[in-house]
Amino acid sequence: MYKIVKKRTLANNIVLMDIEAPRVAKHCYPGQFVIVKMDEKGERIPLTVCDYDREQGTVTIVFQTVGASTQKMAQYEVGEAFRDFVGPLGCKSELIDEDPEVLKKKKILFVAGGVGTAPVYPQVKWMKAQGYDVDCIIGARNKDLIILEEEMKQVAKNTYVCTDDGSYGFKGNVNDQIKDLIENQGKNYDLVIAIGPVIMMKFVCILTKELNIPTVVSMNPIMVDGTGMCGACRLMVGGEVKFACVDGPEFDGHLVDFDQSMKRQQMYKTEEGRAMLKLQEGDTHKNGGCGCADK
Amino acid sequence: MAIEVDVLKRVPVREQEPKKRATNFEEVCLGYNLEEAQAEASRCINCKNAQCVKGCPVNIDIPGFISKVKEGDLAGAYEVISKYSALPAVCGRVCPQESQCECKCIRGIKGEPISIGKLERFVADWARENGVSPKVDVEKKNKKVAVIGSGPAGLTCAGDLAKMGYDVTIFEALHEAGGVLSYGIPEFRLPKRTVVAAEVENVKKLGVKIETNVVIGKATTIDELMEEEGFDAVFVGSGAGLPKFMGIAGENANGVFSANEYLTRSNLMKAFDESYDTPIVGGKKVAVVGGGNVAMDAARTALRLGAEVHIVYRRSEEELPARVEEVHHAKEEGIIFDLLTNPKEILVDENGAVSGMKVVKMELGEPDESGRRRPVEVPGSEFVLDVDTVIMSLGTSPNPLIASTTDGLETNKWGCIIAKEENGETTKKGVYAGGDSVTGAATVILAMGAGKAAASGIDAYLSK
Repeated sequence: MYKIVKKRTLANNIVLMDIEAPRVAKHCYPGQFVIVKMDEKGERIPLTVCDYDREQGTVTIVFQTVGASTQKMAQYEVGEAFRDFVGPLGCKSELIDEDPEVLKKKKILFVAGGVGTAPVYPQVKWMKAQGYDVDCIIGARNKDLIILEEEMKQVAKNTYVCTDDGSYGFKGNVNDQIKDLIENQGKNYDLVIAIGPVIMMKFVCILTKELNIPTVVSMNPIMVDGTGMCGACRLMVGGEVKFACVDGPEFDGHLVDFDQSMKRQQMYKTEEGRAMLKLQEGDTHKNGGCGCADK
Repeated sequence: MAIEVDVLKRVPVREQEPKKRATNFEEVCLGYNLEEAQAEASRCINCKNAQCVKGCPVNIDIPGFISKVKEGDLAGAYEVISKYSALPAVCGRVCPQESQCECKCIRGIKGEPISIGKLERFVADWARENGVSPKVDVEKKNKKVAVIGSGPAGLTCAGDLAKMGYDVTIFEALHEAGGVLSYGIPEFRLPKRTVVAAEVENVKKLGVKIETNVVIGKATTIDELMEEEGFDAVFVGSGAGLPKFMGIAGENANGVFSANEYLTRSNLMKAFDESYDTPIVGGKKVAVVGGGNVAMDAARTALRLGAEVHIVYRRSEEELPARVEEVHHAKEEGIIFDLLTNPKEILVDENGAVSGMKVVKMELGEPDESGRRRPVEVPGSEFVLDVDTVIMSLGTSPNPLIASTTDGLETNKWGCIIAKEENGETTKKGVYAGGDSVTGAATVILAMGAGKAAASGIDAYLSK
């Protein structure tokens, strides 16, 4: 069992937890992910590592309640434990093994979208710890969905917050913010690392391709085992089939087939919707509305 | 009522009716009762130079345990089997006996061979139901061995080493022990709770510790286990878990799965059971591409989830690599066999979902290097199979993770770990390997045989 030692609600539906998992904490790096299975009947849920404390033996995860399983997960409290917690999985961020001389000269912009701010944070933190200054954009639909802003400001040289509706920070999406930085604030970048919803990563990559800035994205497709066994997480990168769990999760964003990935993410939407409805309605769940009787 | 025994014929084993079992996940084969088992055992002539034992990869004293069954001494029979095998309830169910022990049976020359597998299963089930487990009374050796993977190779190796007095820890990447017994073979062939979990429990009773959720190569490495955690030797039984795809157009469409994914969802994650959270796409019309045991398992799983299921295989029935019993069961349940048929392309609709599969008819030409007649396309014979789900069951290969993170552990060009057959010795000192990670995908019992050989190899190494 893997004990929850800290829990904090970051925003409506977004929860942060520190989990006791010494083996994972000892070996994980920014860019990697873990799989959580909360109880015997739960799903295996992949979550990118948000932070870790090698001495304390804890790993920080952040998740948004999007389906039946994550909703149940959010109800766990400090002192309770998850049944399974496995990791670190996937490859570490390429920054970790990059030649310091090369890294020193690079001007890097991180682009974090919504809950994607969580996986961006440890990378920025790692860069800061090595003595590199980086910029970071945090974008969300509105003010309520901006997370980890204070934490990010501690580690990024410049943090730019933007909201689609203008309720906080710069008014506009992350692409508007990128353009503003480059066109109006005299910024230029050699590398963009964008993590967020697939649709956001797609449009950031269209823009950075025009601007000729290499871009890394972190994919979070449907997975089961997370060790290369099932192939559920496959995606096309530069015309080749890759498994996000072992070949990624980070890829060259200019080569990823985002449209196909978005379609693949829809695969269980109806099944998940049904499970969610069942959970909310409890014993009052009746065959009919959700169509589960037709299955 | 006494059973009349015809020495040339097997006592038939009871099975669930095909029509009924096609709609549930309960075990297909119901096994013998005591009376049936004794009647079947009475057909064994207790050969002095028993050929069946030679056909068994772990050399179980088959006439020995069968004569105990004859006498009605089931505890004695279980004791005989337990000397050789840690997983008799599993092997009695999934071993290809027809090509191992049973095909060597003298009774098989004129009539039907003894049902050795069904008798083994009967004895193991009796032991479990009556709370009998293998006896342990060993002197501890104070030496630590790490076993990577809790599948048939790992469990066997760990069990044998524990019986010799070693302090053994199994590291399992998934959240349940059992490897392919848990994620791969379906409930209706190998019940998880009653059979697999019980046999894993028996291995634990020998003193073996099992740590789940540890991916070796990620959470720690073989070198660290040996240098920092004090393990004196390591056995790698990490299996062959990587799925293969065909590389045809449309293969990334929604509704195309590897058999590994499909079976893992159903078996390990129990998606067939509504009370579990993991979803599975049942499909209305399913094509399973391939003809091995895994293909049969995937097909029969899809059938039970309510689909019309086609096995699409490029050769003819004669070349099907699956066990005859599995093919027979699949047919009885209503699986449709589209033989001499090969996929060309998966058709995809505007939402990215499967809308059909374009296939071509094949005919058999000259034998290829495997000795089987090579299938060749019949020109102009393409047609579209109307399916909404495609399951690719084309075989698996070993996961590169362990070899790529262990200095000095060499693999061959297929990614299989290089290890000596007789004792599992690899190219790295103190590291042994066996099972599918060495041979590529094979059978449960061959993996067990390799686990056993490696246990002796490790014992010899640590006794030096």
